Amino acid sequence: MQKEAAIREPLILGHKTYHDVTEDVCRPIEDKAPRMWYILFGIALIIGTYGVGCIMYLLGTGVGVWGLNKTIGWAWDITNFVWWVGIGHAGTLISAVLLLFRQKWRMAINRSAEAMTIFAVFMAGTFPLIHMGRLWVGYWTLPLPNQFGSLWVNFNSPLLWDVFAISTYLSVSLVFWYIGLIPDFATIRDRAKKPVSKKMYSILSFGWSGRAKHWNRFELVSLVLAGLATPLVFSVHSIVSFDFATSVIPGWHTTIFPPYFVAGAVFSGFAMVQTLLLVMRKAMNLEAYIHTKHIEYMNIVIMVTGSIVGTAYITELFISWYSGVEYESYAFLNRATGPYWWAYWSMMTCNVISPQLMWFRKLRRSLLFTFFISIIVNIGMWFERYVIIVTSLHRDYIPAAWSMHYPSHIDIGIYIGTIGLFFVFFLLFARYFPVLALNEVKTILKSSGESYKNAPDSNSVH
Amino acid sequence: MSDKIIFATYTDEEILKDGAKKLVSKGVKINEVFSPFPIHGIDPIIGIKNTRLGIMAFLYGLTGLTLATIGMRYFMIVDWPMNIGGKPNFSYLENILAFIPISFEFTVLCAAHGMAITYLLRNKTLPGMPAQNPYPTTTDDRFVIEIRLSENKKHSSEEIQTLLKTTGIECLEEKEYVI
Repeated sequence: MQKEAAIREPLILGHKTYHDVTEDVCRPIEDKAPRMWYILFGIALIIGTYGVGCIMYLLGTGVGVWGLNKTIGWAWDITNFVWWVGIGHAGTLISAVLLLFRQKWRMAINRSAEAMTIFAVFMAGTFPLIHMGRLWVGYWTLPLPNQFGSLWVNFNSPLLWDVFAISTYLSVSLVFWYIGLIPDFATIRDRAKKPVSKKMYSILSFGWSGRAKHWNRFELVSLVLAGLATPLVFSVHSIVSFDFATSVIPGWHTTIFPPYFVAGAVFSGFAMVQTLLLVMRKAMNLEAYIHTKHIEYMNIVIMVTGSIVGTAYITELFISWYSGVEYESYAFLNRATGPYWWAYWSMMTCNVISPQLMWFRKLRRSLLFTFFISIIVNIGMWFERYVIIVTSLHRDYIPAAWSMHYPSHIDIGIYIGTIGLFFVFFLLFARYFPVLALNEVKTILKSSGESYKNAPDSNSVH
Repeated sequence: MSDKIIFATYTDEEILKDGAKKLVSKGVKINEVFSPFPIHGIDPIIGIKNTRLGIMAFLYGLTGLTLATIGMRYFMIVDWPMNIGGKPNFSYLENILAFIPISFEFTVLCAAHGMAITYLLRNKTLPGMPAQNPYPTTTDDRFVIEIRLSENKKHSSEEIQTLLKTTGIECLEEKEYVI
């Protein structure tokens, strides 16, 4: 059996047995949902429905209902798209990259982080689809034989790369997540008492029986999927950044974008994981599995990626001056001092200053402070995309065409609506799915559980 | 043909592993182990070979890469060569930079999905399949060894059962199966 250093903090607190792990994870699913769940679900559903209504109105009327104009042809839609894709980066990073690095603390958080990823990518995918205006011809983005003179999609275009990247990312993350879920569904199936839930979980668990050969395959499949998903995570946001970086717009045309976007994505993704997990661990009594140490580890990731993002901002500023290109210099000067100065400085405060506070051990171990910072970071990351997109566009080469962007209520409605829908999905997940990878947690119980860890003979303690 | 199966239940994976070692050294063939999570090190003891799914993933990835290359070469070079900014598409190699992202994505797409589908088919775990674990507790905190008497002709049922009782089992059950 694997031993761990004695000074390392245990990852599972309390004196848990294998059965306790099952109980702790399955009880919230088997019990009646608490009142609070219904209240939150109701609120999320109302907001989500409003968002769907706004999308219907948009599709029925046309993209003109957004606050776009001739100069600013991209604004909230693409901002929200990049924001959601960014948030959708933490899950696969946690489950894939941390699996390759054999980080055991990932096991308590990977399931819910992956769920969050998938729902966030759903929300992200909505924006490019609806911004086509004609949703029903969305399949035109695929290279299908057609009657327009066999006109193919343009494989030179980063927008098409995006189609492939996002759909690959979504489907591979979904498969990765589900393969991990199958054994846990089997656990719920074998405990289920009511015939309906027994039937449901029986279908969902695909008849999993936990044979030794199956576990052997399971472990390899997880490892290979992690190996495939790791470069995928990095490629997806790099490709999203190519949407901007391969253009000729001052402020977009920079080679620093891919690493800067990836770091920013991980940064905002972890912040969203913190926001959700801090509430979930409390609501579902999972404090023994997701505790201060996990939060601290995630805060360290936020600090590191936040510092990369901060360095990128400052490098960008310096290079715009150092390049000597007047359009480039102006774009950045305008960001900081122009009419959108407030967005720029919100972004700077939220993304550059706030993660640096995590250097203090007291702060990064404080749950309340973490919750506060995680919200600040997500606000900051939304402003980052807004600043990059709108401030680069609003004053282009011809001053006569300079303009401002004001969001319409449909812009706002769709954005708020996706947040509502995201929570609808997440709440359903928390209610019906095992929120902790319980079979994975059991494998680390003996090496990292509090009652086993430093016992003189780990086999004799139960 | 009818067959008898002995199911021995353990409460801990380490005890099961030691027990399995003991049984195998006495020449008993262990047909299956059911556990709620992967028991590391059980495979060589009970003679399970490592899976070859990794090789399959590589082959699926290679298929994806080939398909992407053939497809993009046909669309962009052969069928409808575009002239963008005076930079015509004469050959795939000269334009390869623009094709790398999709080649990569499609490789990953095929490798991941191909492997996942093969995994489910090989395991025979598909939607609607019935559960095959002997006890519902094997997905919770119990570990079960399955021994088929038809594959252990050298030992009698009693011999195996007395042997099992020395390995720290929780309980034992013999079941009759009609195959």
